[in-house]
Amino acid sequence: MIRILLLSLLLGLAAPALAQDAGPADAYARLASDSYGDIEAGIAGLAASGEPRAGAVLAALADGRLLYRPADRALFIKQGGGLVDARTGAPAQGDGLKPVRANNKIRRALDAAQGQLNLASPDPGKRREAADAVFKARDPVALPALDAALGRESDAGVKRALAAARAAVLLAKPGTPEADRLAALPAIQARGDGDAIAILRGLAAGDPSEAVKAAAARGIQAVETRLAVAAAAQNVWYGISLGSVLLLAAIGLAITFGVMGIINMAHGEMVMLGAYTTYLVQDAIRTHAPGLFDWSLAISIPCAFLVAGAVGVAIERGIIRFLYGRPLETLLATFGVSLILQQSVRSIFGPTNREVGSPAFMSGSFDFAGLAITWGRMWIVLFALGVFLGLLFVLRKTSFGLKTRAVTQNRRMAAAMGIRTPWVDAMTFGLGSGIAGIAGVALSQIDNVSPNLGQGYIIDSFLVVVFGGVGNLWGTLVAALTLGVANKLFEPYFGAVLAKIALLIFIILFIQKRPRGLFALKGRAVES
Amino acid sequence: MKTVKTWVSAAALAGGLAMASLSAGAARAQETIKVGILHSLSGTMAISETTLKDAMLMLIAEQNKRGGLLGKKLEPVVVDPASNWPLFAEKARELIAKDKVSAVFGCWTSVSRKSVLPVFKELNSILFYPVQYEGEESERNVFYTGAAPNQQAIPAVDYLMKEEKVERWVLEGTDYVYPRTTNKILEAYLKAKGVKPEDISINYTPFGQSDWQTRVSAIKSFGSAGKKTAVVSTINGDANVPFYKELANQGIKATDIPVVAFSVGEEELAGIDTKPLVGHLAAWNYFESIDTPENKAFIKQWQDYKKNPKAVTNDPMEAHYIGFNMWVKAVEKAGTVDPDKVIAALPGTEQKNLTGGTSTMLPNHHITKPVFIGEIKDDGQFDVVNKTEGLIPGEAWSKQLDGSKDLEADWVKLNCGNYNTKTKKCGGA
Repeated sequence: MIRILLLSLLLGLAAPALAQDAGPADAYARLASDSYGDIEAGIAGLAASGEPRAGAVLAALADGRLLYRPADRALFIKQGGGLVDARTGAPAQGDGLKPVRANNKIRRALDAAQGQLNLASPDPGKRREAADAVFKARDPVALPALDAALGRESDAGVKRALAAARAAVLLAKPGTPEADRLAALPAIQARGDGDAIAILRGLAAGDPSEAVKAAAARGIQAVETRLAVAAAAQNVWYGISLGSVLLLAAIGLAITFGVMGIINMAHGEMVMLGAYTTYLVQDAIRTHAPGLFDWSLAISIPCAFLVAGAVGVAIERGIIRFLYGRPLETLLATFGVSLILQQSVRSIFGPTNREVGSPAFMSGSFDFAGLAITWGRMWIVLFALGVFLGLLFVLRKTSFGLKTRAVTQNRRMAAAMGIRTPWVDAMTFGLGSGIAGIAGVALSQIDNVSPNLGQGYIIDSFLVVVFGGVGNLWGTLVAALTLGVANKLFEPYFGAVLAKIALLIFIILFIQKRPRGLFALKGRAVES
Repeated sequence: MKTVKTWVSAAALAGGLAMASLSAGAARAQETIKVGILHSLSGTMAISETTLKDAMLMLIAEQNKRGGLLGKKLEPVVVDPASNWPLFAEKARELIAKDKVSAVFGCWTSVSRKSVLPVFKELNSILFYPVQYEGEESERNVFYTGAAPNQQAIPAVDYLMKEEKVERWVLEGTDYVYPRTTNKILEAYLKAKGVKPEDISINYTPFGQSDWQTRVSAIKSFGSAGKKTAVVSTINGDANVPFYKELANQGIKATDIPVVAFSVGEEELAGIDTKPLVGHLAAWNYFESIDTPENKAFIKQWQDYKKNPKAVTNDPMEAHYIGFNMWVKAVEKAGTVDPDKVIAALPGTEQKNLTGGTSTMLPNHHITKPVFIGEIKDDGQFDVVNKTEGLIPGEAWSKQLDGSKDLEADWVKLNCGNYNTKTKKCGGA
């Protein structure tokens, strides 16, 4: 109750600046319009009017739920299944309604207006967002509301954001005394991000006072140093993230090509099948059990493994087993298989991309020591490491892994020991393909789910496996991360195209020097 | 059960064969006008081109329902160049020389168009090219129904300058001929408008780029120089999805740094969750959301034809609609499908477009088009926020570039695609 009183008091204070001649009725009338200029004026008028329904109306406009009747300029809000009158909140009926449209200008005005209103919100997260919105809008009208909010704020983080917003507003307001402008600078500098530097640059270039100019220039230097360090760390993180994607794409190939020695050109298509399985699982969940949506990726993982694994076993039994020891023919045959798989997926699902949604925990980003880290990438890095460790465990600690290693190291001896080598071949190929399918689940989050998905990864996967050393899982891990980080460190200087070329040249030279890659296997199998 | 099924399908097959041979017989007796469709149905470009093949089949079927052309039925001949540029030339030759088609509708990428050009010149046939492209070309045998740069890129930049007060520009493109030429034109245009070189950043990424982290964060920091910044994107089809996903994840909203795209339409957005993208822009000559009776009828026809109430329409489809109808009118005017007579009849042909205006084929073989700026809505459609006044005539040669400033294309009076107004000679700069 007190908050509402305070809010209206604040808005009352803010009102005279804008709403001398425009009451809420006028603001409402302007909102019910087809002209962007009118809508914008309506938003500002409503925010400043002290109208208790202002927050609800603006939120409805932001969500596209605000409708108007062109005939009498009545405003309605779509709520649940029905309509309510925007001015009173009472249930209402209406037909011939048109939505109040928004463009970027309107959305900016909305952000600013909602920022002013939300400064008094009970939720600290909302207050922080509001402070940031006011910081961006820099509208002097918000100053009294900011002062009041600062006085009451208890959360240190929100307080900093509010102080920065107040400083930004003061600096943008014409006629702020020099001493106040100087005093405002540290709060801006404390934000230390791109927006802060933008304000400081503006001041250093155009402020009438020399003292402010000098202080701003010092501020720019401090922020720039901080940003440069952050940018370097950011690049390393991007590299790790790219590396994890490479690792995911290559790790299945490390088994089929690395351990078994099959040049499998259809490896990328296994990844694609995994991505399409994810799409199918999500589609089923959307129609049958929408509540499980956040679990859709977890459910997709075993499905993708089974689908891709089964296709892998079928390819091994149907084609590859007749071609062991003939790498050229294997290459051509698997290339043919890859084209067949691509075109069948295209015929079944159509050539256009399929939408795979991101569960809530994989959207957006978080701040870690000044780095903006996106949740999706973060989970993919963890997932890639998990898959890697899981595979390592299977190969090292299970009886199936032991048999696989025995067969690849010395097939005849293994057969003599009673291991069914054709069965192990099929299962190993299935395992590699299944892992590729799992990679597809992760890649569906960052790439197009289209029939061409796999083609983009096949070359990179071979590069990683060859660079890391054929037949060595640890080599694959190190190679993927090295290539990822190197690529991302090159990219800001050379551009994406040249970075890729530079990396290829580096690998060619490296392979000249160490033909067996980073971690070469030693032993009789290799020598022969 | 199985035997019954087999028997039924065998019977159906036999019936089908009989029908086919019957209709083939009838066709031979009646003679048809063949129309070639040269769009990739497999490979990378299938994502964009398959729709155009279907659109053409629909248009041809509609024309046949109206009684065909010159009293004959139209017969579509579909080939699949498989996103393989040299194969485009082979398939074009096959269409013209072996199938004897009267006109070809096809190609998407500029490189595929360039690869079929010599074939169309040599065998003297007609190509309708429906996609926005980089300009700098006008051929006697080609009719460009997509936008030239002055019908898409320049109006989009004008809009951002005027309405969004943009002062700093990132020109982001995929590394091939269309983005490179368009960005060259835009850079010259922006500089002529007084934008400083340090306020323009031009970047290229490879085809199918999927890791946009570095680029998006670079755009973010370029945008924090205290001036309003916008991105002009000529990023090609498939790379757009990860690009927009990364923009959304890094929290770049359209209200901070708007992105205006020239290759993102309804079809591309079908693969993305568009909620975080609301407000980003696209410039096209057609949007599905444009509310005219012609457009509504066209969308209905398309959805009925596809038997999918969610099927979307897009700009190149409208270009084929205009091009096909212009060709029909020109053939009717010429009274024959003879290429020389149809090529002569085409300039000046008028056709109502789907957005409420009338497009005209110009002597430079480009058409007049309206330009719309649309903002992405949360349902994957576009909300038109700006429209040019009247229709803009397509310029084959950009006025912004040194090499092409003095060139003029006119196949009616000058009979030349690159007439140099300075040296008064046909043959380029």
